[in-house]
Amino acid sequence: MRCLLLICLLMVGTAHAHTIRVGKGQRITSIHRAISMAVKGDTVLVDKGTYKEGNIIVDKPIVLKGLNQPILDGEGKHEIISVKSPYVVIEGFLVKHSGYSSVTDIAGIKIYNTHHVTVINNTLDNNFFGIYAQGAKHCTITDNHLTAYSRATELSGNGIHCWKSDSMTISGNRVSGHRDGIYFEFVTHSLIEKNISASNNRYGLHFMFSHNNTYKSNTFRKNGAGVAVMFTRNVTMLDNLFEENWGDAAYGILLKEISDSRIEHNRFVNNTTAIYMEGASRINVSRNAFTGNGWALKIQASCMDNHVSNNNFTGNTFDVATNGSLVLNVFNGNYWDKYEGYDLNRDRKGDVPYHPVSMYAMIIERYPPSMLLFRSFMVTLLEKAERVIPSLTPEALKDDAPLMKPIVL
Amino acid sequence: MKKMTRYVMADILRNRIVIAYMLFLMVISFSIFSLEDNTSKGLLSLLNIVLLIVPLVSLIFSTIYVYNSAEFIELLVSQPVKRKVIWTSLFCGLAVALCLAFIVGVGIPVLIYAPGVTGWIMMACGCLLSAVFVSLALWGAVKIRDKAKGIGLAIMIWLLFTLLFDGLILWLLFQFADYPIENGMVAVISLNPVDLCRIFMLLFLDMSALMGYTGAVFKQFFGSVLGMIVSCMIMVLWVIIPFLLSLRIFNRKDL
Repeated sequence: MRCLLLICLLMVGTAHAHTIRVGKGQRITSIHRAISMAVKGDTVLVDKGTYKEGNIIVDKPIVLKGLNQPILDGEGKHEIISVKSPYVVIEGFLVKHSGYSSVTDIAGIKIYNTHHVTVINNTLDNNFFGIYAQGAKHCTITDNHLTAYSRATELSGNGIHCWKSDSMTISGNRVSGHRDGIYFEFVTHSLIEKNISASNNRYGLHFMFSHNNTYKSNTFRKNGAGVAVMFTRNVTMLDNLFEENWGDAAYGILLKEISDSRIEHNRFVNNTTAIYMEGASRINVSRNAFTGNGWALKIQASCMDNHVSNNNFTGNTFDVATNGSLVLNVFNGNYWDKYEGYDLNRDRKGDVPYHPVSMYAMIIERYPPSMLLFRSFMVTLLEKAERVIPSLTPEALKDDAPLMKPIVL
Repeated sequence: MKKMTRYVMADILRNRIVIAYMLFLMVISFSIFSLEDNTSKGLLSLLNIVLLIVPLVSLIFSTIYVYNSAEFIELLVSQPVKRKVIWTSLFCGLAVALCLAFIVGVGIPVLIYAPGVTGWIMMACGCLLSAVFVSLALWGAVKIRDKAKGIGLAIMIWLLFTLLFDGLILWLLFQFADYPIENGMVAVISLNPVDLCRIFMLLFLDMSALMGYTGAVFKQFFGSVLGMIVSCMIMVLWVIIPFLLSLRIFNRKDL
């Protein structure tokens, strides 16, 4: 009998995972203690309540789960959860008031050089950095809700920040009020999906040197400077929505030194500049909808071999602007609502090429205050004259087969 | 005065030209809206019409009307009525009649196809422009006795406000491109009632583009309550000052 009991105990201790309950009425009231008691594969269940335990270090593969969103308060001093072991799950907490530092990156939840960590269903409120992954691999950050309130860029950290990571899955998160909503540096082979990054101080999405990532069905709305991505190749952006990024230096998306990428099926609505390209090459921009933007595309002369095809351009103030006469990009088969040509052979493509760069867009590029005279009678006359005898606009920048009807996207 | 205003108004509204003007505006507005599936694009096309046609018609029609009713005015002056009353009722009659024609001609299509703030702003702009240019026409017509010269002046005024002024601004812009001239530009451009109306419409129709750097400067001024009040004041001044000037001349004029 005693032998049997011993075997049972051993089995529980080794093979079967325990559940350790933490809470006010429970035997264990401290998360620290629960974690120190837990062994590999255990679940630490935390009851509703407020826990001010400073820095909670998760250094073994356990599940740390909150019931009814217990509050982990960093009291404005601490990094709240530090994950230093693989196979950890952090779920269902309200993490708030992390410390602030201008030297180290203090985060609400930070993942240190490990792999297969899952951060799911947490709410992060008023933290410096939200969820921070450094040197992480195969981690999943899903359905978290991050909010911060700092107005100054230098006083706020990024929402979801990944550095030197690989194969991350970041999906269904909502980030607002941080410096950059989602920030990547040296992050590769990752999937960023269905996130909403809105009203952040600087960029909704910001990445550098982050190759081979896929961004799908995300929404970037009303961020201080829109979205900026740099020095990266093999970026895939599908089905995203870029909306209402307003300001002189705010772009729906700014592409700087991006190459071999695809931007497809996205919607750009009411941005000051929907896409700004600088030194971008071999990018395929197709089947996107550009609606109600100030400038749909600003494509600098430093860009080459980009293909802009099968997009809808409707209700934009200016369709395309550029800063030089050199054109090394291809525009083909787009729908432009400003196109005034005809289609005699009924192949649904206009018979005369469309020049999407208007003369006044060139003038405004050179003399920004001339925006003041836009749509005046005189400017309209100048535009018409330019259409007949182009002198300012680059002759080669044209769509040879503009569509007569918008594409159904 | 009321009686006289009513008389002038009725006389003008019966006039075939005003009815033709109204029908012309209506046909153009309806055709623009039914051709464009996008209402804001339709409003933009309509804006160009409003900014060109309304000043032109208001100016030329009022000028000719004043010259043609010279005998009627002489008759009135011989009656025991103050000259001030005669002139004011003439102005009111013209302005109200042209505003009515505009409201019916453009307002109905706008209300049907593009109801909303932008539409209302456009209506207000059109009415103010009508009043401004009636007032300018009265000034021109009372200043110059010769009808041909008077109409010539009216056309010059129209050219100045719709074309030459903008050309001058653009020229200034290019000349002083290296200097921070945004605020000065705002000040200069708000002197032209046609440009003021255009900028107001831009604020609603090209919001995204206006949020760029310089655009933001204009947005800050014209979009703010103060800017709105100042712009409205300027428009009203454009109605009052030429009218008062013309009244002064009319009071002293040997008919």
